[in-house]
Amino acid sequence: MKFKLTFWKAVFLVIMGLGLYSSYVRFFHGLGAATNMSDQFPWGFWIGFDCLCGVMLAAGGFCMVGAVYLFNVERLHPVVKPAVLTAFLGYLLFICGLLFDLGRPWFIWHQLIYRNLHSVMFEVGMCVMTYTTVLFFEFLPNVFERLNWKTPITWIHRIYPILIVAGILLSTLHQSSLGSLYLIMPSKLHPFWYTPALPFFFFASAVAVGLAMTIFESTQSAKAFGRQLELPVLVTLGGALLVALWVNLLLRIEDYYHRDLLREIFKPSYEAYFLWIELILTYVIPITMLSFKKVRLSPQLLYFASVSAVLGFITNRLNIAVIGFETYVGHHFVPRWTEYSITLMMIAMGFFLFGLAVKYLPIFAAETEHHAEEPRVIQAAPALSHAGD
Amino acid sequence: MSKALLYDATLCIGCKQCEGACAQQNHLPYDDAIAAEPVQSAHKYTVVLTKNDKYMRRLCMHCQEPACASVCPVGALHKTEAGPVVYDVWKCIGCRYCMVACPFNQPKYEWQSLNPRVRKCIMCPDRVAAGKQTACAEICPTGATKFGERDELIAEAKQRIEQNPANYKNRIYGLNEVGGTSVLLIAGTDVEDYGYPASPKIGEKPMPEYTGRVMERIPDFVPLWTLVLGGIYWISHRRDEVAAAEEAEKNGGKR
Repeated sequence: MKFKLTFWKAVFLVIMGLGLYSSYVRFFHGLGAATNMSDQFPWGFWIGFDCLCGVMLAAGGFCMVGAVYLFNVERLHPVVKPAVLTAFLGYLLFICGLLFDLGRPWFIWHQLIYRNLHSVMFEVGMCVMTYTTVLFFEFLPNVFERLNWKTPITWIHRIYPILIVAGILLSTLHQSSLGSLYLIMPSKLHPFWYTPALPFFFFASAVAVGLAMTIFESTQSAKAFGRQLELPVLVTLGGALLVALWVNLLLRIEDYYHRDLLREIFKPSYEAYFLWIELILTYVIPITMLSFKKVRLSPQLLYFASVSAVLGFITNRLNIAVIGFETYVGHHFVPRWTEYSITLMMIAMGFFLFGLAVKYLPIFAAETEHHAEEPRVIQAAPALSHAGD
Repeated sequence: MSKALLYDATLCIGCKQCEGACAQQNHLPYDDAIAAEPVQSAHKYTVVLTKNDKYMRRLCMHCQEPACASVCPVGALHKTEAGPVVYDVWKCIGCRYCMVACPFNQPKYEWQSLNPRVRKCIMCPDRVAAGKQTACAEICPTGATKFGERDELIAEAKQRIEQNPANYKNRIYGLNEVGGTSVLLIAGTDVEDYGYPASPKIGEKPMPEYTGRVMERIPDFVPLWTLVLGGIYWISHRRDEVAAAEEAEKNGGKR
């Protein structure tokens, strides 16, 4: 196969090159050389983006599995496989990201033997580990289908109910526990973001992001891999996203009301500016847009609303992880370029692996279980062969 | 009974001998340049701060219920019976949750190291176990840092304040803060001026309770939620099965 350098391939190579250099700095010169973290800011951009956002952005997997297999929303069936693939890759990359952030990553397995049952971090770690295994099994049928191994597929289908229930249970636990991590810092995290309700917020936002990311990813893949967009799927997701955003917003308002902050959040301050960005991106833009039927029926506008919501929730997590501590610490946290570079490398790897999986595995083909019509698969094949471009 | 340190800022003359003794005890470098550093770090577990010719020591508070120990996923930190909060470096994975969780910002990190450790005052656990006092208390020429039983030190602190109310602020910092600490401070100035968090800000509730409230619900939540999820699965698939069976029956009837 001849290698043709396209614009995106060039971008990918540059990102990977810089990322590898940054990895060298990280592992051969230490965290101090590769990041701007310090005794004042022991957790920086990596915890905020790679961990908090990474896990949240991978929530589409459990949301779609829940919708289709638990609640039997048959309409959403076409998006389950890509959502599970995104989640599986997302968690793998999250674990890779963690290996960069941990001071002694070679001891990560210590969690298994020196268990501290009181630690939220221990719970998150165990859940993420188990859930990644569950995702692996949910993803495995793709490989078996490709290899045309019938028997292992039936085995996995036999344990599917267990995988589904376990996957959603584990997701509920660790998505919310990522919020619980911050419960022990009442004196440090700014009151705009510190609330006893953090675990609930983290779970509720994960569900909303799961929906928004599925819309984003369906539209994106349709463009990249030349597939037909399933409009009824998007319309269903858009409607659900609107409900999820309203639930999130009402929870936030309720929380601010209870803690007497409703007036405070409108007073200009450093934290308020970031809160406003967050609220406008997460709620004002997408809720206004999605309230119009015209938007919910237009793939393009739906895409825009979802991207806005996703960016809003990313802002929220970064506010919690970084901005919310700046007043307490007394100075700003500005990540070093190597920090961005490694995060970018993770994201680029995600896109690359997704493209690879789509190219070689029947991700977008109907499941054999549902009696795929052969012509459709064949028709899709020429489009898929460009997947790696 | 657990051991503790009482630091009386009114007795401190700022000689920094505690800093030097601490460095020696923990095999850390110490010279004039390090003595002049006004912050704690991976190579300086304790520091004597100066403000308007008044002194204040900072060191790990050795909380009765330490946040660092409760958050550590691998239990690398724990409070010993005798009082010190100690660190088992061979367990540590380097997540630094102890650092962000500590209300006093005591754990420091070896940011430049390729195999970094968390560093903080560990209250000379070997000396304490051998019945000796900590290195800093032993060397202190004025008795500003005093080692002893926590209860006895509290009684003594109260007595000193009572006997000399003009010299002291009427409070023992560490008596009830975050559920009480094994380092107690009395001073003529506000400890907050030297970077200690204000008492109302950190409260009197032990830090582990903030996350404990959530963690203790998990054992109940897991079976309950499994049951709910399994139930939903069963109902929604049962509906399909019934529909399929009815369909089959109808078709069968037609034939």
